[in-house]
Amino acid sequence: MTETLLEIDDLHVAFDTRAGVVQAVRGVSLTVGRGETLGLVGESGSGKSVTAQAMMGLIDVPGRISGGTVRWCGTPLVGEGVRRAPRNIWGREITMIFQNPMTSLNPLMTIGAQLQEAVRLHLGLRGAAARTRAADLLNAVGISGAARRLDQYPHEFSGGMRQRVMIAMAIASEPRLLIADEPTTALDVTIQAQILELLAELQSQLGLSIILITHDLGIVAGLCHRVAVMYAGQIVETGAVDTMFEQPAHPYTQGLIRSTPLLDACDDRLVAIDGTPPGLLIPPAGCAFQPRCPVATAPCGVPQVLTPTGTGAVACCRAGIDAWKVGAA
Amino acid sequence: MGLPMMSFRPLRSFLSELWQDKAAAIGFAVMVLIVLMAVFAPVLAPEDPATQSLLQRLKPPVWDARGSWDHLLGTDNLGRDVLSRIIWGARTTLTIGIVTCVIAAMIGTTLGLWAGFMGGRTDSVLMRLVDIQVSFPGILLILLVVGVLGPGVWTLIAVLSVTNWMVYARLVRGIVSSTRQMPYVEAAEVIGCRPSRVIFVHLLPNLVSPLLTLLILEFTNIVLAEAAVSFLGFGVQPPDTSWGLDVASGRDYLFIAWWLVTFPGLAIVVTVLSINLFANWLRVTSDPEEREKRFARTIAAKRRRRRAT
Repeated sequence: MTETLLEIDDLHVAFDTRAGVVQAVRGVSLTVGRGETLGLVGESGSGKSVTAQAMMGLIDVPGRISGGTVRWCGTPLVGEGVRRAPRNIWGREITMIFQNPMTSLNPLMTIGAQLQEAVRLHLGLRGAAARTRAADLLNAVGISGAARRLDQYPHEFSGGMRQRVMIAMAIASEPRLLIADEPTTALDVTIQAQILELLAELQSQLGLSIILITHDLGIVAGLCHRVAVMYAGQIVETGAVDTMFEQPAHPYTQGLIRSTPLLDACDDRLVAIDGTPPGLLIPPAGCAFQPRCPVATAPCGVPQVLTPTGTGAVACCRAGIDAWKVGAA
Repeated sequence: MGLPMMSFRPLRSFLSELWQDKAAAIGFAVMVLIVLMAVFAPVLAPEDPATQSLLQRLKPPVWDARGSWDHLLGTDNLGRDVLSRIIWGARTTLTIGIVTCVIAAMIGTTLGLWAGFMGGRTDSVLMRLVDIQVSFPGILLILLVVGVLGPGVWTLIAVLSVTNWMVYARLVRGIVSSTRQMPYVEAAEVIGCRPSRVIFVHLLPNLVSPLLTLLILEFTNIVLAEAAVSFLGFGVQPPDTSWGLDVASGRDYLFIAWWLVTFPGLAIVVTVLSINLFANWLRVTSDPEEREKRFARTIAAKRRRRRAT
């Protein structure tokens, strides 16, 4: 086992709203090792982005961390009793790229000025040295003609190019962990592939760990070592990518994989998982997936615990059954 | 009588939400008290605000050694009761302040919306109109109009409205022309909303919070402008009275009778402060996202207090 960098232990995030307390994340535990890529997948509203924000200390009112801790190499960053996280971890050791590259860059500053700011803050480089380093960064993310591009403004860049700039800024501080929150959702498929290739390349060059948040299983299969599947604010299954795609144990994971469109099966209709995720205002007492699960039985009414399996862990008392085949029959 | 039953519940939920924010609740209560004071001035005022008594000149407030219970807040240079003048002055000051602000805001918002929404030549023409009006010295226009029409409360309201609408027009025009580019406004146009619907449903709600803020700031300005004009003899005419007029005329006695300026001045401060506290709350309440955040903050504060005890 490689060295553990980030460790999330029983994280709870709640939102106080006028309608009641919404429990967005309910006991998530995760670890990320050095040089590892972890995929965090789940449908909209399953709590993946909130988990990422909690890791970066970005939870603000109406949200709050209601339990658990996030530790970086053993140092607590977030959680009970942590008043102020140690400096120079967020933004330096851990950086983040966001979904929308259109709004994450300052429209009034040149790309060069913004990159040099990051370089100056984190590496202490100034003047020509900072500029050279900024140009190197642009080169590293595959932007040609870096010297000329440095003097351009964000509106002169396309969406894919801007996302590359965001990645360049994120790796400017030579971080050890990069959190990518749906980095390719706003981009078209060809650019998407390029960006993912770039992330994989940077990872092998810099020994970076990546947490990739997405709802696209294809991306996970292509890039990640391990996956954690989230549903209704909890992790329902984790494991190595290969085995999980081969033999998904949780009925929800099985349903997700079953509903992924395949190019070689274009004559079949897409199969969806019927129903909708539960509201988290009053979270279900037992398995959150129970109402949509084809193989739910009586014991599904009790809370499901993440139990280790051969390659990962799964939170389902009916794990391993080929749920959807049984359900269809 | 089914109507009161139906209108009672929103009122109760309004009050209970207001109660969560103590400062705003106090502001609202003081505001209501001041309005009631103005409405019931004839009942409340201990004396006629215009009755002069040269024997009772420049009496200090009751807690001063030379003060007496006859005049709680003392008397002015003509022996008029300061407390009664403040109670009566609330009528004029509030009327002029509120009515002027509302009229000026209506003129300014309408023209600003029109300019921002139409853009192009309409925008240029209307905004140049604003520029001209802004560059024209306001006090000169006021003196000119009052000189022609004769002084009085309603002339003052008309004139102050005409000289104070430009700031609203500029603010509204700026917000409207930027909000107009927002995808949700374009989407509303694409699905076939008529301009009136776009303006009233999609643009106007965005203006609520900046307009509220500006209205409060302008209210103070209007109160002071009224004082200045009254001081020059072109505004409120004795025996009528207003807070501004009292502050302005008490200035001559600042060193021998501090209470002449202090109490009407305090009345202005308290009024503006209470409106401010309430308007701040109202602004947050009109923004669904901010409203949720405020709710979460009060919950967090309660939780901290419970943990501390």
